[in-house]
Amino acid sequence: MTTSAPARRTGTPYAFLAPALILFAAFLAAPIVYAAYLSFRKVKVSGLGLGARSRTEIWAGLDNYTRSLTDPDFLPSVGRIALYGLIVVPTMLGLALLFALLLDANRTRESVGKFARISIFLPYAVPAVVGSLLWGFLYLPRVSPITDVFEAVGITAPELLSRDLTLWAVANIAVWGGTGFNMIVIYTALRAVPVSLYESARIDGASEVAIAWRIKIPIVTPSLIMTFVFSLIATLQVFAEPMTLRPLANTISTTWTPLMKVYRDAFTRNDLYAAAATSVIIALATFILSFGFLKLVGRRAFNQED
Amino acid sequence: MKSTYAPLMAALTAAALFTGTACSSSGSSSEEATDPNEKVSLTYWTWAPNMDKVAAAWNAKNPNIQVTVNKQDGGDPAVTKLLTAIKAGSGAPDVMQAEYQKIPTLVSADALADISAEAGALKDRFPAGAWNGVTLGSEAVYGVPQDTGPLMFFYRADVFEKNGLSAPKTWDEYATAAEKIHKANPKQYLGTFSATDAGLFTGLAQQAGASWWGVQGDAWSVAIDEPKTQKVAAYWGGLVEKGVIDNKPMYTPEWNAALNDGTQVGWVSAVWAPGVLEGSAKDTKGKWKAAPMPQWDAAAPATGAWGGSATSVTTQSKHKKQAAAFVSWLNSDPEAVKLLATEASVYPAANDAAGALTSPPAFFADQADYYAIAAEAAKQMSPFTYGPNVNVAYSAFNDAFGKAAEAKKATAFTESLTTMQKTTVDDLKNAGFTVAG
Repeated sequence: MTTSAPARRTGTPYAFLAPALILFAAFLAAPIVYAAYLSFRKVKVSGLGLGARSRTEIWAGLDNYTRSLTDPDFLPSVGRIALYGLIVVPTMLGLALLFALLLDANRTRESVGKFARISIFLPYAVPAVVGSLLWGFLYLPRVSPITDVFEAVGITAPELLSRDLTLWAVANIAVWGGTGFNMIVIYTALRAVPVSLYESARIDGASEVAIAWRIKIPIVTPSLIMTFVFSLIATLQVFAEPMTLRPLANTISTTWTPLMKVYRDAFTRNDLYAAAATSVIIALATFILSFGFLKLVGRRAFNQED
Repeated sequence: MKSTYAPLMAALTAAALFTGTACSSSGSSSEEATDPNEKVSLTYWTWAPNMDKVAAAWNAKNPNIQVTVNKQDGGDPAVTKLLTAIKAGSGAPDVMQAEYQKIPTLVSADALADISAEAGALKDRFPAGAWNGVTLGSEAVYGVPQDTGPLMFFYRADVFEKNGLSAPKTWDEYATAAEKIHKANPKQYLGTFSATDAGLFTGLAQQAGASWWGVQGDAWSVAIDEPKTQKVAAYWGGLVEKGVIDNKPMYTPEWNAALNDGTQVGWVSAVWAPGVLEGSAKDTKGKWKAAPMPQWDAAAPATGAWGGSATSVTTQSKHKKQAAAFVSWLNSDPEAVKLLATEASVYPAANDAAGALTSPPAFFADQADYYAIAAEAAKQMSPFTYGPNVNVAYSAFNDAFGKAAEAKKATAFTESLTTMQKTTVDDLKNAGFTVAG
């Protein structure tokens, strides 16, 4: 072990890195670069476009990007998910924090806590498509037990998939599915807080609410920031829920969210180039928003590690 | 990136093909060398049920051309997969079921092979409209018609009788019947306008005499926002605005429940409707009747199509001759046509299919003239040309008519056609097609 060829010494770390680098290059970097490349291309058709070789791929410059940004359906879809985010993120994180605090305040009764924890977490384990189908059935008046309950009381049930309520109906599915995951993240952070902190607070005469407000929440701020960033990204990428509900309602268009527009362009219109351009725009927006937010909150996000 | 990988991929593909050829018994090196004893295996993408049983009949007779059926989810996903395989350069099947409205898209993506040399002679065995669907009016033949979906009208005979109505012969009578039924029982509707089923609306426009695409020399023309389609849109918009028919989509749990509990008492649909009704409205068995479509002009009866498909050979097939032979047999041989009708439950496109369809479908067991009505409808099919971007027009239909149906305004229905027309033309122009007019 005292001597080894210098060439071998320099080569060894790269050999260890190779599997990771190859996987990264093949399954992440290459597709991203290819998508970016496609976003600057387009197809040119000659004549009726019916014979063989009547289509050629040509350089498009920024054409796809201008088309994407000026598409009359694109900006409304961005506005829609902004509103959706305003509904979902605070509701979901608020509920997650509340549940985590309640569960943590109840440390002594372990069995009750465990049951509550699992039942709140369970919806997260249900795939979004399955969850949306379940909720879809609940939203359709004729097959929904909710309507039966309303009618039994003598009230006309609201049409949940009508123009005014669809956004709320979709948001509800996201909150139902996401609260459990965020609760677990916050709860885990709470469990890491030494009990001695609370004991000294109690000796100083602090109530449970005061402990939650002045000790627990400040301590779990990094977790809250992390869950916020996750939720922000999930909002920008909302797709499965509206896509699953779409055939059930007149109110969800094929471009209801930006990612649905990507899907429509790629697979309904067979225009991979426009889809690639919109994807790049969404990726950039996600990047700017999440890193911008992390920059804004600065070191607080990571003070646990410091 | 593409240029870096292309040689590698090509090498891998070539290696895979070489291994494949080496393993098989014959030593043929190119597709032109057709040794009659060469054993080939063909893959066949289809979504019609029990197609493996139909293929088994062929396999038994043709030991050298073995067909393997690969079941697909449906027309749209199969097309998406095929187009992806064509773009990737490999992975497409030899034989593929293709809906008529998708054929121009597939041909324009160079996915379907011209089999005029092998199947061109079958022309007289099929209705002119169906044959036009596979030739696109050219000399080429991009498939052999498999089935057609002539529009028919289905209604609850018991409800009609209770209201003193008979099957509507004209659209005016349909409107009167819809109003009467809804007045007698506000929960009942004679139908619904479904913004998720562009195919049905296309069939209704076809019946009225519209043909949304056309070829003018080297240019495509688009005529969606034109008087005949406007008449159809205004008619359905009027019924929705009046509230005498429903505005909710078809094929939802809600709609199934409504058919089954007797709140939807009619359905403008196609010859394959019994299969759907059997699944969604099973409690109402024996109460339905089929009738010819209501007409705009009873003196000149016409109908449209909803669904229908051809069987095509893909450009990636290494055995085009054998594939074309299978495709021709499948859709024109009397034994195969009978199997298509009985096993795969499709309405075969072939002219002499009537012989294969003697007893009515199970859900309409009491209606002996079921297939006589269907055959009459198939003959009355108006000509219709599909263009290379049907999907774009259809998704524009979903969005625009979804809004209009929700708004329940007849004017919104006709305005939706303007949106559809503009979206379709813009897409063609953007792709570099020449658009006339």
